Amino acid sequence: MPTASGTTPELNFRTPDEQFTGQAPFESWGRYPNYDANVVPLHWQSDYPAVSSGMHNGVLPVGMGRSYGDVCLLSGGNLLVTTGMNRLIAFDPETGLLTAEAGITLAQILDFAVPRGFFLPVTPGTKYVTLGGAIANDIHGKNHHVAGTFGCHVTQFELVRSDGSRKLCSRTENPDFFAATIGGLGLTGVITWAQLRLKPIVSRLIDYEGIQFHGIDEFLDLTRQSQDIEYTVSWIDCASTGKNFARGVFMQGDHSKKRDTLKPSPEPKLVFPFDAPGFALNHLSVSLFNTAFFHKQIHQRVVAEQDYEPFFYPLDKVLHWNRMYGKRGLLQFQYVIPWEHAREGTITILKEVAKSGLASFLAVLKAFGDVPSPGMMSFPKPGITLALDFPIKPDKSFPLFERLADMTSEFGGRLYPAKDAAMTAAQFQAFYPQWQQFARYRDPQLTSSFWERVTGDKPGL
Amino acid sequence: MNQMDTTPRKILVLGATSGIAEATCRIWASQGARLFLVARNAEKLAAVATDLRTRGASYVDTAVADLDNTEQHPALLAHAVNSLTGLDVAYLTYGILGDQAKAEQDFNTAAQIIYTNYMAPVSLLTWLANFCVQRHGGTLAVISSVAGDRGRKSNYLYGSSKAGLSAFLGGLRNRVDREGVTVLSIKPGPVKTAMTAGMKGSEKFADADKVAQSIVKAIDKQQDVLYVPFQWQPIMFIIRNIPERIFKKLNL
Repeated sequence: MPTASGTTPELNFRTPDEQFTGQAPFESWGRYPNYDANVVPLHWQSDYPAVSSGMHNGVLPVGMGRSYGDVCLLSGGNLLVTTGMNRLIAFDPETGLLTAEAGITLAQILDFAVPRGFFLPVTPGTKYVTLGGAIANDIHGKNHHVAGTFGCHVTQFELVRSDGSRKLCSRTENPDFFAATIGGLGLTGVITWAQLRLKPIVSRLIDYEGIQFHGIDEFLDLTRQSQDIEYTVSWIDCASTGKNFARGVFMQGDHSKKRDTLKPSPEPKLVFPFDAPGFALNHLSVSLFNTAFFHKQIHQRVVAEQDYEPFFYPLDKVLHWNRMYGKRGLLQFQYVIPWEHAREGTITILKEVAKSGLASFLAVLKAFGDVPSPGMMSFPKPGITLALDFPIKPDKSFPLFERLADMTSEFGGRLYPAKDAAMTAAQFQAFYPQWQQFARYRDPQLTSSFWERVTGDKPGL
Repeated sequence: MNQMDTTPRKILVLGATSGIAEATCRIWASQGARLFLVARNAEKLAAVATDLRTRGASYVDTAVADLDNTEQHPALLAHAVNSLTGLDVAYLTYGILGDQAKAEQDFNTAAQIIYTNYMAPVSLLTWLANFCVQRHGGTLAVISSVAGDRGRKSNYLYGSSKAGLSAFLGGLRNRVDREGVTVLSIKPGPVKTAMTAGMKGSEKFADADKVAQSIVKAIDKQQDVLYVPFQWQPIMFIIRNIPERIFKKLNL
């Protein structure tokens, strides 16, 4: 019998011609903006660039699509989804060095690492992001003040360029590509695998403390007092004015030193089942939510032992919580303002948000430390960062974003590309003056809707 | 079967780079199993083997082979059981979806699908069944498909090859049951894997990890037939029982 008719026994790879037809909407986590793209999965380290040869209108590697705005979108282009490329390559239980393909998620890393007594060195508020995505956005976590960004813990990775060249990147090998790729928004090439240093733990528990605060000055006091605590973050009520203005809960924790079970947390059970109707989110419902959240903690100070899962990933237990914001989606707005203007800037911006009457459920306040990132385009710098969620209301949200972005700029701050769909090209270029230097490392085949928007790189836009 | 307090299970995987096989092997690897992996592409096979070693498999050996080459089967299988020092489970996941439209016009394409999905597995399973019968034990876990339960116009070549495989497995089970050998027919609905990537509606397909968990459980329980996800059992019951004069008018 014939065996050589072009089929592979183990899987039936589609030819590139067939793949071009797969136009499909690909949503970012904010569900705004909404673009169609040709979605092509990468399953093996050898897939790129062969799979994309002959593709027009640009290519962008994406992971879980958990960025909020358009850094993980490419309107009319080709998205290479890396999540099938999720194999482990090596693990050293002595040093905690883990090497894995870039499409592995942080959840998958935790499932492997926690039973072996290791934890992620830096984690964002969701574990459903890929290793490659964590590097490309140089994500930060609640321990930024002591650990810096994710990129600080990445020792090396492989970058594949559209010309087929493969670059090993580290602090000593191709250091310029190493710097450009960390925080490089997936534009310097496809990361096939990466190595990072995990941190040892002896328990899955976190020694947690929650402290109510009233106003930014109390927040700053708590921040100063907690410099030696590994994880700190605050939820802030940005709907209230008057005597309740800028009240919140300061949350801090350390990995428990008491030896305990090292089972990973189970998968989330709740799924937000439908798109909430537009009227569900208004100033009243958000005020009620915020008041309830503030008073959920009845006492001024609460001390508890908590599983790592609810401590780091309180929202992951509700899969698709973004549907809460309805079909039109949501947008985060996240700034960092350096220390010299941090207090004044934060108060001014919070007042503007309260005045606008636009609701933000999940306002998160955190002080960034001064551990420098190896990344050229990394977002964090020493100061205060505030992240706000807004449901998209085109006539109201964007004028507010514009005012907030202008204020951020006046106070010497900048915005986070992973959370943005609104900043102008002029704002971006002022926030990140090194962008032109960075552009030299961009792979000519790779681009994103974000990049085209903030650099005007696409002719005709 | 309790693999925790016995020696590691010895598992042969034919078609080890398929999405379902990989997900299943990760579970076995974390249990410390001994694995022998067969696939056609050396580079992909090496990536899978490295992953499974890192996840805790106590032993991983591989062989690069085109399983359409049935003449090689006896030597390949003998080598595999030798390398594993025995055999507890043979897991056959090898198959192709094929190009239905082309197969409707071209017999060679049709023959290829039937060969890969039916003839070659019959060759593998004949050797494996006889090996297990001699030793009075072992499980043959084979991936067929819900598509084999009833032919429909969108994929009847794939479906008929899997129908043949399902009937073969039923007969084989009937033959070897009294010899202490288990035959598990696995009938997945559509699963998110490389084989179905980019297909319309593929975001609604079953998750390969969940399918893998069900397969491991069914093997441990020495089950005969597994529909996965389980909803496919009542769905296929209904589809099998739609009268032909109605069925032939449907767009399925």
